[in-house]
Amino acid sequence: MPKRHSPDVVIIGAGVVGAACAYYAARSGLTVAVVDRGPVAGGTTGAGEGNLLVSDKEAGPELDLALLSTRLWRELSATLPPETEYEPKGGLVVAPDEPALRALRAFAEGQRAAGVTATEIPADRLADLEPHLAPGLAGGFHYLQDAQVQPAQAAARLLAASGAALHLGEEVTAILRDPASGAVRGVRTARRELLAPAVLNAAGTWGGEVARLAGVPLPVLPRRGFVLVTEPLPRIVRHKVYAADYIADVASGSAALQSSAVVEGTPGGPVLIGATRERVGFDRSLSTEALRRLAAQAAALFPVLADVQVLRAYHGFRPYLPDHLPAIGADPRVPGLHHACGHEGAGIGLAPATGALVAAALTGTAPPLDPAPFRPGRDFGPADTVPPQEQQS
Amino acid sequence: MTTSPSEPRPAPAPVDLAVVGAGPAGLAAAVTAASLGLTVALLDAGSRPGGQYYRHPEPALGAARPKALHHDWAAFAGREAELRAHARGGRVRHLAGHQVWSVTGSGTDWTVHARTDDAGAESVPARAVLLATGAYERHLPFPGWTLPGVVGAGGAQAMLKSGLVLPGRRVVVAGSGPLLLAVAASLAAAGARVPAVVEASGYVPYARHPGTLLRNPAKLAEGAVHGGALLRHRVRPLLRHAVVEAHGTDRVEAVTVARLDRDWRPVPGTGRRVPCDAVAVGHGLVPELSLATALGCATRAAADGTVALVLTPGLRTSVPGVWAAGEAGGVGGAPLALTEGEIAAHTIAGRAVPPALVRRRARLRAFADVMGAAHRPGPGWTGWLREETAVCRCEEVPAGRVREAVEDLGATDARTVKLLTRAGMGWCQGRMCGPAVAALAGDGPSADRRPLACPVRLGQLAELPALPVD
Repeated sequence: MPKRHSPDVVIIGAGVVGAACAYYAARSGLTVAVVDRGPVAGGTTGAGEGNLLVSDKEAGPELDLALLSTRLWRELSATLPPETEYEPKGGLVVAPDEPALRALRAFAEGQRAAGVTATEIPADRLADLEPHLAPGLAGGFHYLQDAQVQPAQAAARLLAASGAALHLGEEVTAILRDPASGAVRGVRTARRELLAPAVLNAAGTWGGEVARLAGVPLPVLPRRGFVLVTEPLPRIVRHKVYAADYIADVASGSAALQSSAVVEGTPGGPVLIGATRERVGFDRSLSTEALRRLAAQAAALFPVLADVQVLRAYHGFRPYLPDHLPAIGADPRVPGLHHACGHEGAGIGLAPATGALVAAALTGTAPPLDPAPFRPGRDFGPADTVPPQEQQS
Repeated sequence: MTTSPSEPRPAPAPVDLAVVGAGPAGLAAAVTAASLGLTVALLDAGSRPGGQYYRHPEPALGAARPKALHHDWAAFAGREAELRAHARGGRVRHLAGHQVWSVTGSGTDWTVHARTDDAGAESVPARAVLLATGAYERHLPFPGWTLPGVVGAGGAQAMLKSGLVLPGRRVVVAGSGPLLLAVAASLAAAGARVPAVVEASGYVPYARHPGTLLRNPAKLAEGAVHGGALLRHRVRPLLRHAVVEAHGTDRVEAVTVARLDRDWRPVPGTGRRVPCDAVAVGHGLVPELSLATALGCATRAAADGTVALVLTPGLRTSVPGVWAAGEAGGVGGAPLALTEGEIAAHTIAGRAVPPALVRRRARLRAFADVMGAAHRPGPGWTGWLREETAVCRCEEVPAGRVREAVEDLGATDARTVKLLTRAGMGWCQGRMCGPAVAALAGDGPSADRRPLACPVRLGQLAELPALPVD
């Protein structure tokens, strides 16, 4: 039997949330081991666009978490290497017509009260921010705090900076618990036992399976998204640009496909167009309908894109909980078990604040913001109704 | 944002069979299926049938004897004539210049989505699909391989067949596999000097399978023809050697050839310089599986180190309603592809497969496996890479960056290397660098994962027929 290690915490999941938790836990003086059945960033992180958005979140706990993350990402960008590609490019949310603009204005008003910097851009000034934007839009809002990172690099560099012991390609087969107290004692993989007084479930979309290993339910469900990637282009899209109905999609619990293309350039040259939101389980087949909608909406925002080549399309599975908030912190049902999963499409953006909350919970120090809305023991509400035969196209 | 979804167009009637690829396998399948009474759509990116193997000279060149560069041109010409007859009779729609980017559907309800050369689009409904998507060249990078004058061995052959052009006047042929002898013979016959044919493998492994070789006399004769042609031009293959570096500034001027150990690791101190003005290098072929893996077809590790489709004896994939023939099921050459195309057509038509076809397929597959295993790259080849050697040419990712991703950043497979370095994200979508990245990641070969099999204009995606949403 391989030798036993005794870190202070074992983190299950080498995605960006697990990496950020490892980073902040290590910075709090804890020794950390990270276990993942795949490579670094092998799940939803690797399929993400790297959005650090405040613009799409209405005033409330998730927005508070996003605003804290925005500050932490700015700090991190000073210490992480440039390959992380942190870019505080800002977001531009446009409204196609007057009613949408009025709704957006009310939405932004609430966000401003929570600390968001949102500036209304009249229709005739949109071209100053985005010269290739389609004519005829009613106006928009410029969100200075929206930013971007390269997600796989962000996860890998946070992990490297954490100094955590990495056990990649090792699936956790059991969460060990003390027979008397029920408290967690560590995890078992095919290759070793890692004993620790705390285990953090940062398994993202697969967080429900990990919770089950500890004997508790956690209703994390997958929500599929497709992203289109164009050929490398000169910088023709400067911000994260999307249409106002995207905000409605994020808050929606509907199972039907909804999309509103977020269009953005990348330092590498390609333009990313994403993402659709469908609840179709872990279905990996290509949806031409999803691609059609993304393409149509991107071309409607930026007509110049109609003639560029789409080089690839990929999909990922966002982890979501029925009330659309992540589960962060100690699980009251199992002493020593912590969760940090269910961030839906916002895991990259929310990772640092999540890591800071987890580190505070592990060390018993004061949290940087009120963790109550994210407590894993809360009532998640009813699971969204899923049609028996979910459409795949 | 309001977008006006396209009006649903009336769908054309589905054909019985859509064949993707008009190379040897697809062409044979299309004409056989049509002769068995099926309606067929044959889609291919090329302007004429034949694929990469039966390549035509550009008409403007006025080549009088294209068959001089081909084996078994008659096998092709006969089927091409049949194809024309079936097309005239309305049993086959030959959609030339149609590159398929996706196949969607299930069971007996499929749609084959293609882009056309004139920036148009076509979506073909079909009751069954045969993937005859062929293969592309396997490249193993080496220092200097991006210099002008370094071409793929298959590319050199293609240049000769379609353009009657030589890549240079003194051409070193290098890599591994039976194609090298054929390419060297073609180059020599077309007037080039071939100072060396450098083969990384030994031919020893063949000797372990004398039965398989003797059951394939045509293959032995083919080898003898190439060997004889080379001897006439005083070219002898140099076994267990590799081109480990190409030299030059604006263009290749020389190569370093070094001896390899059993694992293909270059043996220090054995390098010698060979002047040349071109290098044709190839390490065999990789099955093109983008469409198949997007459909979820099961794959297997083939003897040559590539990934191929799992197929039943009747050439069904693991996905009901989808068949495959030719290189997609494992690289095996044109005669095997022709045979498999005919077998697949029979099972798709619900007919018994003639026993002679079954026997021929078994014999040719066994031979392909022996060849594939003999020329499978050894793990030590990465020893000739330097840190600054470009691995991914599209995104200009050097070997050092790939090694950093693997050793320092937690990449344990080719996909994660791609996410961390961009290797494989460019125009070729990893077809060029895939095998090299997998080797550097210490990963086995992994199946192609490209939901879009080729680039598609964004406007074309936007104009797809809208589907209703509940």
